[in-house]
Amino acid sequence: MAPLSHYLAVSAILFAIGTVGVLIRRNAIIVFMCVELMLNAVNLTLIAFSQFLGDQTGQILVFFVMTVAAAEAAVGLAIIIALFRNKQTVDVAKVNILKW
Amino acid sequence: MGLNEVAFYVLSAGAIIFALLTITRKSAVVSALMLVLTFCFLAAIYLTLSAQFLAVVQVAVYAGAIMVLVLFVIMLLNLESEDIHITRNWKAMAGILAVLGVLAQILAVIYLSDDRLPKAISANAAALGTTEGIGRTLYTAYSFPFEMASLILISAAVGAIILAKKKLT
Repeated sequence: MAPLSHYLAVSAILFAIGTVGVLIRRNAIIVFMCVELMLNAVNLTLIAFSQFLGDQTGQILVFFVMTVAAAEAAVGLAIIIALFRNKQTVDVAKVNILKW
Repeated sequence: MGLNEVAFYVLSAGAIIFALLTITRKSAVVSALMLVLTFCFLAAIYLTLSAQFLAVVQVAVYAGAIMVLVLFVIMLLNLESEDIHITRNWKAMAGILAVLGVLAQILAVIYLSDDRLPKAISANAAALGTTEGIGRTLYTAYSFPFEMASLILISAAVGAIILAKKKLT
């Protein structure tokens, strides 16, 4: 059995990859997918701690995170479709109507 | 080194490689497919932790439902591939450096507190991760949040339809 610290390290690396993706990509859909990747990295931390401590609460929390992620995916993609309908682009650099 | 340990390292390497491919591919469709593979590898990592129920939910909800939704939207919008110029964009470079700094900090904290973390997986971990174990807790101690989750899902479904509708009336 691999030690808990290795699970946490993998989770931290995946979270960092997701964050880099959010920062360097300009396509709103790929930014959205990187947010999903970050959520999954956190889920891995929760499950690892849950199983090593023998406390089920972490896994219940992951279940609710997945539920909210599904809701977030539906609303987020609807926002992207509405954005594309209004501006004909999903480039986050070109969506600057609230920027000054 | 047991089979479980070997499996963990191989699967982690796979998950990290496919996550890197997700953020570096130009085409959104290829990115989405790489992310599906990352989610499948993560589900297998959950299995090495004997969290069977969440591994199945991970494949069904994330790799299945959510990514199919994303792929549908990509096809609907018919996007062209995006060029990634990291080196010419100083803001992105500064962001990557900041992320690497935070990552180094997290890894240092994990390394320094290694002796205070639990040494081995809990003895009843196999019973905690089954559908029976999760279901028992979910329907007793967490029945109210469980019902609230259904409320969130229905309001998200209605909200998504209203947002994506052609005319806002």
